[in-house]
Amino acid sequence: MATVSARIGALSRRHPWAVFCCRRAVRLTVLLLLVVTASFAMIRLVPGDPVRAALGVDAPPDLVAAERRNLGLDRELTAQYWSYLRRLAHGDLGVSLVTGEPVTELIRARLPATLRLAVPAFVCVLAVALPGGMLAGIRTRGGRRPRTELTLTVVTSVVAGVPDFVLAAGLTAGLAVGLRAFPVAGDLGPQSYVLPVLALALAPTAVLLRIVRVETLRVLAMDHVRAARAKRLPAATLHLRHVAPNTLTASLTVAGSLLPALIAGTVLVEKVFAWPGIGSAMAQSVVAQDYAVVQASVLVLGSAVLVANFLVDLALALLDPRSVIRET
Amino acid sequence: MSGVRGPGGLPEQSRGARGVRGARGAGLALHDVTVRHHGPYGPVTAVDGVSLEIARGRTVGLVGESGSGKSTLARAIVGLDRPCAGRIAIDGREYPVRRAADRRRWGRRVQLVFQDPDTALDPRMTVRQSLAEAAGAFARLDRRAREQRVGELLELVGLDAGCAGRLPGQLSGGQRQRVAVARALAVDPAVLVADEVTSALDVSVRAALLGMLRELQRRMGFAMLFISHDLAAVRQVSDAVAVMYLGRIVETASNEALPGGARHPYTRTLLSAVPSLHTGRRPGGEALPLSGEAPDPASPPAGCRFHPRCPVGPSRRPGREVCAVQDPWDETARVACHFPYPAGDGPEHA
Amino acid sequence: MGVTALAMLASLAVLAVVGPVLWGPAADRPDPSAVLQGPTGGHPLGTDHLGRDLLARLLASTWSSLLPAVTATLLGAAAGVTLGALTAVVGGRTRRLLGAFINLLLAFPALLVAMFFAVLFGAGARGAVFALAVACAPGFARLTQTLAAGVAGTDFMAAARVLGLRRHRLLRRHVLPHVAEPLLLNTTVAVGSALVALSGLSFLGLGAQPPSYDWGLLLSQGLDRVYTEPLPAVAPGIAIVYAGVAFQLLGEVLAKAATRQHPPARQTGEPAASPAPTGRRPAGADLLLEVADLRVALPAGDRTIRPVRGVSLALRRGEMVGLVGESGSGKSLTALALADLLPDGARATWSAHRFLGADVGSLTRRERHRQLATGMAMIFQNPASAFNPALRIETQLTEAVRAHHGIPREQAVEQARVQLQRVALPGERRLLRSRPFQLSGGQRQRVAIAAASMMRPDLVIADEPTTALDVTVQRQIMDLLRRVRRDDATAILFISHDIALVADACDRVLVMYGGTIVESLPARALADGARHPYTRMLVASVRGLTADRESSPPGLGGAPPDPGGTAPGCPFLDRCPQRLDRCAAEIPVLSALDPHHEVACWRPLPPTASSGRPETEECDT
Repeated sequence: MATVSARIGALSRRHPWAVFCCRRAVRLTVLLLLVVTASFAMIRLVPGDPVRAALGVDAPPDLVAAERRNLGLDRELTAQYWSYLRRLAHGDLGVSLVTGEPVTELIRARLPATLRLAVPAFVCVLAVALPGGMLAGIRTRGGRRPRTELTLTVVTSVVAGVPDFVLAAGLTAGLAVGLRAFPVAGDLGPQSYVLPVLALALAPTAVLLRIVRVETLRVLAMDHVRAARAKRLPAATLHLRHVAPNTLTASLTVAGSLLPALIAGTVLVEKVFAWPGIGSAMAQSVVAQDYAVVQASVLVLGSAVLVANFLVDLALALLDPRSVIRET
Repeated sequence: MSGVRGPGGLPEQSRGARGVRGARGAGLALHDVTVRHHGPYGPVTAVDGVSLEIARGRTVGLVGESGSGKSTLARAIVGLDRPCAGRIAIDGREYPVRRAADRRRWGRRVQLVFQDPDTALDPRMTVRQSLAEAAGAFARLDRRAREQRVGELLELVGLDAGCAGRLPGQLSGGQRQRVAVARALAVDPAVLVADEVTSALDVSVRAALLGMLRELQRRMGFAMLFISHDLAAVRQVSDAVAVMYLGRIVETASNEALPGGARHPYTRTLLSAVPSLHTGRRPGGEALPLSGEAPDPASPPAGCRFHPRCPVGPSRRPGREVCAVQDPWDETARVACHFPYPAGDGPEHA
Repeated sequence: MGVTALAMLASLAVLAVVGPVLWGPAADRPDPSAVLQGPTGGHPLGTDHLGRDLLARLLASTWSSLLPAVTATLLGAAAGVTLGALTAVVGGRTRRLLGAFINLLLAFPALLVAMFFAVLFGAGARGAVFALAVACAPGFARLTQTLAAGVAGTDFMAAARVLGLRRHRLLRRHVLPHVAEPLLLNTTVAVGSALVALSGLSFLGLGAQPPSYDWGLLLSQGLDRVYTEPLPAVAPGIAIVYAGVAFQLLGEVLAKAATRQHPPARQTGEPAASPAPTGRRPAGADLLLEVADLRVALPAGDRTIRPVRGVSLALRRGEMVGLVGESGSGKSLTALALADLLPDGARATWSAHRFLGADVGSLTRRERHRQLATGMAMIFQNPASAFNPALRIETQLTEAVRAHHGIPREQAVEQARVQLQRVALPGERRLLRSRPFQLSGGQRQRVAIAAASMMRPDLVIADEPTTALDVTVQRQIMDLLRRVRRDDATAILFISHDIALVADACDRVLVMYGGTIVESLPARALADGARHPYTRMLVASVRGLTADRESSPPGLGGAPPDPGGTAPGCPFLDRCPQRLDRCAAEIPVLSALDPHHEVACWRPLPPTASSGRPETEECDT
């Protein structure tokens, strides 16, 4: 035990990056396995008979039996699991219980639409919250402008409290139905992106903005900023060089933790805007009890979250090399 | 430096019988204590084979730079860190490694006073609550007995009874440290470990605290391990001084023998680094500039651990290459050095 | 804000209780004649597909919307806190496993987890509550784990463990009181988000099932007709937002109250008129810095404290002056005021202030900036935090000269290399490429000295530069400072609490107490010639190595003066062994005993009969 940890210690001293990446990759693998197992277990744990539930009460028994055989539900659990893994490796996610369409096709058609919402929304969150929060921090430091601070607190906590699907409904009612400024639903060109992205991005932006502001205030109070002030650098240099990089680590960590919520939020927002993404497919199949599709959606969305978190971790390590050493 | 027997280790010796219980073996005895930590790069040996004895009523001062393992040793003695080798005994009883219930009762024999009085007391408990908790830790006391004990303890450390209802945040640093001492003495321990107790205090209260510790020791007769980086403070309260470098005790000397009788070059360096009000007069002898800083305890240098920085080592004196190869560690010697200064020699020796 | 939050919560509570009673019957009464109506007088929000009044349904479902959210949060909190608290109690390996498990759970989005479990538990309100409880538990577990770990690492917990307290007592008496507050706060916020998530589940058809209904379901039903009637969709949305914001604000208010509670503010009145400044001005053409009657006022909570109360000092070129005092004596704020680096909200006033021959009061902001940038440099106490952790040493060394002298990068780097060589740091090329965390404390402080001398300033203010370092390293840093002063003829204001160190290194010593300078004397005279009782006490407290162990040094009773205090007399009054009546009424002013020695005391101690130590002893190091 001691010798193993000593060996890893020696290794991490020489190649901190390699050890860090290895650890992260192992973690990702474990998590992905967990998602796969969970999605496999879900359909087996559903109370009652999922096949009968999907096909309806009056489906002929031999059709139900055929479908069960099709899904492999009649075999032993371990055998089912292995065949599930094997088919997954080939990109086979089964067929929809309702439409009979291969689920892989459905995912292939719908995943890009979801990403077209989630990625711009995340970029918007970062693009607004990072500079906005820093500016707010600099302007309200040391108890200056208490009224601005109060306004900011109230506005951000209200915005952060608005759930994305409510916002989506409100935006639809106000801007799309009322003013007819944007399309109500569907993917009809660039204009139709505005409302869903806005609905997805607004609340995380408010949350992140508050955190960036607090973080900026913390960094501004640090000794090294005072030392930098003693050098009488121009304000822009001072803030961009000495404050911004140090707020970034904590801010990006929080942004990374907002990412899962944002991806999950697409499920609801897509339903409001009838967006042809994976989320709306999932919502429909949940209601229709089409468990093959639900299973696949959980798998895809869950993996997307994990991979995104992995990438954020790597980005953080690149920005702040100390975290590599801290971790190993 | 195992087997070092400082004068503090000799039990009955020119000391009155006041309040001193027990005879031979009474007090603290460390034998070959080794403590390892989990560092960022694997295990780090913070304390490496330390042996030391402190009789009841006596004080040994432990000096060293940050990272030398002083605080780890203190935590090991009170059972907060588990030594991976060696024995710790108090009044002849060994630290119970096996049974958790016995380990818990170890605190009745030894208590620790921490460096920072700001964090050593629970900020949400009043002085009374903190002291009552300590007083009732190993003894069943009813309400009145407990209240009475709190009063006694406050009086012991020279605080007035009005302090009992205060929170630590309402006390000054010196007062807080007195409360911390009172809490440690509430269980009437056989050994008191004082870890840098004065370094967070201002000079004007420092002296009073040191005086108080000596006075309490005279009255209660506990053995004390006084840890500090401040040689002047150590000399003020200790009967003997042990110098620690990178997890090992490199020299022990009686207080009377210092500063002139220091034999290890590191001890000399520490002594010469103590500034004096009379410029040019360093009581520790001629200035011995040290190059560099203490190396990483995770990978101590081969040979003598001090040799890369030693002012009289192989990098400064030709012909002393043995220092870089061979460890001067010895069971019986009082100084761990290949070329120690002769005993009793004046500072002008080089 | 507190009032608003409470009012919002109270209105929700009232609605939740009376809503079902008052509007319940109306909400369930179908009206086939008024199906899917828009807003009318009788139905302000319109009706649904069975002709039921939507406003009544909205109000009546307050209870059924809020209760599951609160239940789910409490269940999740109970599970999460238990899991998190377990990590503080169990042993090493189990703790690591539990931590990894919590990390795993946290990696998944709560809504997705909730949907997963809602599918498992079956659609319906009960399933949704359980699903949500499972989903929010990891967050609580992580928070509890972090908080408990923070408490577990403190000295007072270590002390309690040494006292042999049992685990449950440790948890109850020391851990829980410290973690309860943030947990409570988090719970209120979590109720808000649980409400939203629950509505989301209902909206997806996984929550409340008809014929029961809640806001999420109403929203979902309203959304189907949003193209024709926006209000039936918007109104439940507003209700959800209202409740969510109410809980958010409550959390905000609780957090503010918690941070305000901690620093106990002692109340004192406004200060009386400050004593008149001495008005004495030291003459001399070679004065580099001269300041008279410097005062600093700082807002602290709801009062103003005055840590610096009339400091006058003058520095000649190339002089090394020590400023000695205990913590809270105002020495660091004096330095920051001189460098124009006071914290936000602090104000500095003076009757005269000249630096580099210019009257500071009459300079424009730009001129003052320029003057300080090129004429003054600072070295701070803690080398660990004085460098920007994200930047390479090279940038931090060269940015000042590049900004103010317009030196190109290569030349600046070359200059930095020379400076690093001068502070005896080998391998300067690699060092320049490294980041601060790769250096040791002593190395960093050397780099700080190199950085300070990059600009060739006329004055370096070193604020406790060796306090955070070991004694052996302290010597090296002091020697370096002396060398900088000798080579560049830079004046150094050396601030320290260690009078022996100052006496060793400086030409002249200023002793500070309670925001004023109480004595100014040549360093040589410190050992035997101090006349102020406080200085005398400081000198006596330096025991040195030769002192007799049995003679206890004189300590001081009492505490240093309150920086917010307003008493008119001598700041040292309370602790002074020989006060006069005058001392309580009038603050003593700094007055000269001889050309090099000033003391602020109404009754200076007589000079000690020198204990045989020759005063002529010179420093030869």
